[in-house]
Amino acid sequence: MTDAFIYDAARTPRGKGRPDGSLHEVTSLALSARLLNAVKERNGLEGHAVEDVIWGNVTQVKEQGGCLARSAVLASDLDERIPGLSINRFCASGMEAVNLAANQIRGGAGQAYIAGGVEMMGRVAMGSDGAAIAVDPSLAMKTYFVPQGISADIIATEYGFSREDADNLALESQRRAAQAWQEGRFARSIVPVLDQNGLTILDRDEYMRPGTTPDDLAKLKPAFKEMGEAMPGFDKVAMLKYPHLDRIEHIHHAGNSSGIVDGAAAVLIGNAEFGKAHGLKPRARIRATAKIGTDPTIMLTGPVPVTEKILADSGMAISDIDLFEVNEAFASVVLRFMQAFQVDPARVNVNGGAIAMGHPLGATGAIIIGTLLDELERQDRQVGLATLCIASGMGAATIIERV
Amino acid sequence: MTDFTMDKGADGVAVITWDVPGKSMNVLSMDGATALDGLIDDALADEAVKGVVITSGKKDFAGGMDLNVIAGMKDRGGAQGVFDGVMTLHHLLRKIELAGMDPKTKKGGKPIAAALPGTALGIGLELPLATHRIFAADNPKAKIGLPEIMVGIFPGAGGTTRLTRKLGAMMAAPFLLEGKLSDPRKARAAGLIDEVVEDPLAAARDWVLAAKDADIVKPWDAKGYKMPGGEPFHPAGFMTFVGASAMVHGKTMGVYPAARALLSAVYEGAMVPFDQALKIEARWFTNVLMNPSSSAMIRSLFINKEALEKGANRPEVADQTVRKVGILGAGMMGAGIAHVSAMAGIDVVLIDAAQDAADRGKAHSAGLLDKAIGRKKATEEKKAEVLGRITATTDYAALAGCDLIVEAVFEDPAVKAEVTRKAEAVIPGDAIFATNTSTLPIGDLAKASARPEQFIGIHFFSPVDKMLLVEIIKGRQTGPRAVAKALDFVRQIRKTPIVVNDARFFYANRCIIPYINEGIRMVGEGVNPTLIENAAKLMGMPLGPLQLVDETSIDLGVKIARATRAAMGEAYPDGAVDAVIFWMADQNRLGRKTNAGFYTYDAAGKRQALWDGLDAQYPQADDQPELSEVQHRLMFAQTLEAVRALEQGVLEDIREGDVGAILGWGFAPWSGGPFGWLDMLGAARAVEICDHLSARHGDRFAAPALLREMAASGDSFYGRLAARPRAA
Repeated sequence: MTDAFIYDAARTPRGKGRPDGSLHEVTSLALSARLLNAVKERNGLEGHAVEDVIWGNVTQVKEQGGCLARSAVLASDLDERIPGLSINRFCASGMEAVNLAANQIRGGAGQAYIAGGVEMMGRVAMGSDGAAIAVDPSLAMKTYFVPQGISADIIATEYGFSREDADNLALESQRRAAQAWQEGRFARSIVPVLDQNGLTILDRDEYMRPGTTPDDLAKLKPAFKEMGEAMPGFDKVAMLKYPHLDRIEHIHHAGNSSGIVDGAAAVLIGNAEFGKAHGLKPRARIRATAKIGTDPTIMLTGPVPVTEKILADSGMAISDIDLFEVNEAFASVVLRFMQAFQVDPARVNVNGGAIAMGHPLGATGAIIIGTLLDELERQDRQVGLATLCIASGMGAATIIERV
Repeated sequence: MTDFTMDKGADGVAVITWDVPGKSMNVLSMDGATALDGLIDDALADEAVKGVVITSGKKDFAGGMDLNVIAGMKDRGGAQGVFDGVMTLHHLLRKIELAGMDPKTKKGGKPIAAALPGTALGIGLELPLATHRIFAADNPKAKIGLPEIMVGIFPGAGGTTRLTRKLGAMMAAPFLLEGKLSDPRKARAAGLIDEVVEDPLAAARDWVLAAKDADIVKPWDAKGYKMPGGEPFHPAGFMTFVGASAMVHGKTMGVYPAARALLSAVYEGAMVPFDQALKIEARWFTNVLMNPSSSAMIRSLFINKEALEKGANRPEVADQTVRKVGILGAGMMGAGIAHVSAMAGIDVVLIDAAQDAADRGKAHSAGLLDKAIGRKKATEEKKAEVLGRITATTDYAALAGCDLIVEAVFEDPAVKAEVTRKAEAVIPGDAIFATNTSTLPIGDLAKASARPEQFIGIHFFSPVDKMLLVEIIKGRQTGPRAVAKALDFVRQIRKTPIVVNDARFFYANRCIIPYINEGIRMVGEGVNPTLIENAAKLMGMPLGPLQLVDETSIDLGVKIARATRAAMGEAYPDGAVDAVIFWMADQNRLGRKTNAGFYTYDAAGKRQALWDGLDAQYPQADDQPELSEVQHRLMFAQTLEAVRALEQGVLEDIREGDVGAILGWGFAPWSGGPFGWLDMLGAARAVEICDHLSARHGDRFAAPALLREMAASGDSFYGRLAARPRAA
């Protein structure tokens, strides 16, 4: 089997996904095209240099609809012979783009791909593409549908995480992200967002709150308590599914859940010949990929079984992994991962995560692969695993290994 | 004689009158629908007819679909039969709605209005909803609505689709999902009907003559129609639909297929044109009707409940209507019985040993009436009239002229014997004496009576004014006139009777006690109490066993346990249960009445959560049972007792066993009752579960011989009932 290597990983800074966010003035198309141009320039990709652009994106309506991947290629300086594929596996879309590209390369379909994704959450609202699982009674009842925040609270209740546990993880995410920026640890990946005149719009993650204190977090009200306990009463649905629980502990709030932001990320993946042809040095090998379906009600426990699966598939053990990126969709997701594998928190999300910097749905999977690679290089370690929980009960994972 | 007749007036208005021969209330049959279809064709084709008014020849418009007809569609033609039958109704109602108008221009149709003199339920409202304007008489007693969900189905003749499009999903929800009924003024305010008038027929006639083309085009047939509140993928509609599934799911515990199907019909129907939505509604309606749960619910909650109320098991004895009832004991039960009797127009003598106790009993009635006045359900005149019928006294001489005595004193045989003798000394020789007891054998109490053939047990449930069931118990010597008297009394106070024979705990308590005990026993075994309670609720039980015992009180449990243990001696099987409840009683956690039991309560008495102190005494086992194991234990504890009651002749009729279980203690209504549930499982599967449970948990789960025999012969309870020749 052909090896698939990562040659480059780039991302935009993340802007607040709100009308006053710095990237709010930028279209999904423009952000995507400018990042693609950066990858083209950084790696000298002239002509029909890559087989495809696989672009993760969750809310594929309005400006993100109509196969944004192809539109982005056409809007960029890439050759028009390069097509584009928009894909959606919710929060793991960006990772799935990378995995899909890697596996096509490993299978011999094309020499190189640009894979990544974008989400302008402030411009195209999460959920505005509709979803049968939330709204079609036959499926909503079959799957005991509850919103993700309720699922995160179920994880906390089921596995015994307190509000304090979750808040401490959030504080640590803020602390690590601040330190990472201070020390320039993201420098290799960050591509500042410029306007059409070359003027800088945003060059740094702006969602972070570096000075956050325990008291700040303690003031925040649980975000999902009302919809759980009162209207429309999702806790009751959860308890139909988990009749051993006598109540759901609502511990998540805006400060220990991932931030709503705008952003994009891209990874350049190719085989060895591609690197030689373009004079590029491979940074890491994509050693294994995996995805899995899980219980859709608790929904966000996927990182555990998908990690078990990817380790089993690749004949590896958890002890073979040096560093982990576990997407901080909600604090309890990461707490559960560390509990299940008994891994040292110091090796998980070393430079903070989505609680501090935000979670642009379609891009995050590609972002954390880049962040993992940067940190493996900085610490001079070999093997890293990135994983995300996914809506509707799924999980995805990628193992990379420096070469 | 046909159900519908048409009178074409000289003014060009054809009046179609619905008047089913030989019935006090109109119900729609398929023949009736065919007749109406013919008349509509005639009216639309006749150039002299300018418009149509559909009304009723009775004081009400219609009570709904004949549910026996619906059951018949299924029995004869299966799913295709039901679907075709429903689509036939859709075509008829759609013909009325489109009224011959040009499909493109929407012009040239004939106005069709409905004039409702009174109650209009089910198809009795679905038919008017298909007309162009609904006029109702200003009759506050009339009930208007779509109660189908209450018997396990949903409005399937366009009512679901039309009401959703008329009001929007959110506003239609109480009428569709809860079967909410309204008087005409409230129905108009909610948008169910259009006008409330003195003379609906005259108003409808005037409207028909004045109506223009645009007046008869329904919003959903007009260009640019948008569903009120938004369709499912409109931002506001999206939130409504996300919430609706969760609310319905939580409320129904996932056990009522009709609510799910209704919601799906609304959701799927909201995204397509009207005629497609009707097809979708018909498919889901068919789906619900083919679900055994709906047949079981219709059978128990409608057909058999009504049959029992109409005296299906009443001995052939002359009318025994009660004129004057004497009630001995003015405590909670006595006062409640006095209230419902006086409400039914019966004169009441309410006796207690002390005058202030008797007065307190009467005040109970005043309190209930004041509450009703507060809710505008009664008036001061009504209150005066009802209280005027109750004489509260200590004087037994006041019982002279009573044709029925209901004794409701303390559950003590000596006290009961004494008041029996005192009353019998003054009441007429032909009066019937009923004792209200939940635990004492009627045969023993009858020993105090000089006329044991006129002595009967009558077990009311608490609170008397709310509970729908009355359990009538025949002692060995109880005669047929006493049974008839009790049944006629229950009919007068508008409750549902079952008649059972005299044995320990009769029928209802006999089944409830093992249910409670099984829950408590599991606590003792270290099963997670939350799992126990939720397992029961997930089977459709309204209260988990621990909540139920908190309500009925733990010291009552202790008392019953002591008495039963004394009566049974060595054979007493519930020592493991007693260990838990005796310990609870020692902790003075007696249930709701002490604000502490298996649950905790706040100062106002509101139930909070399961008491965590239980865990210290009965630590939860590391290995918890499967949900289904807990559910089977709780359900079989009840149903096997029902089967044994039938085997032993305590219960004579499974219909009473099923109706009594649902109304008496809320037994999983979706199942149609314990026998309905066993039929759904199948006797063979039920025996298999019994064998598994008895091997693991003891002989109390051993399959009764009757069940084992039915499993061997492949029979079902209702199959046997249907095959049995009816006694004359």
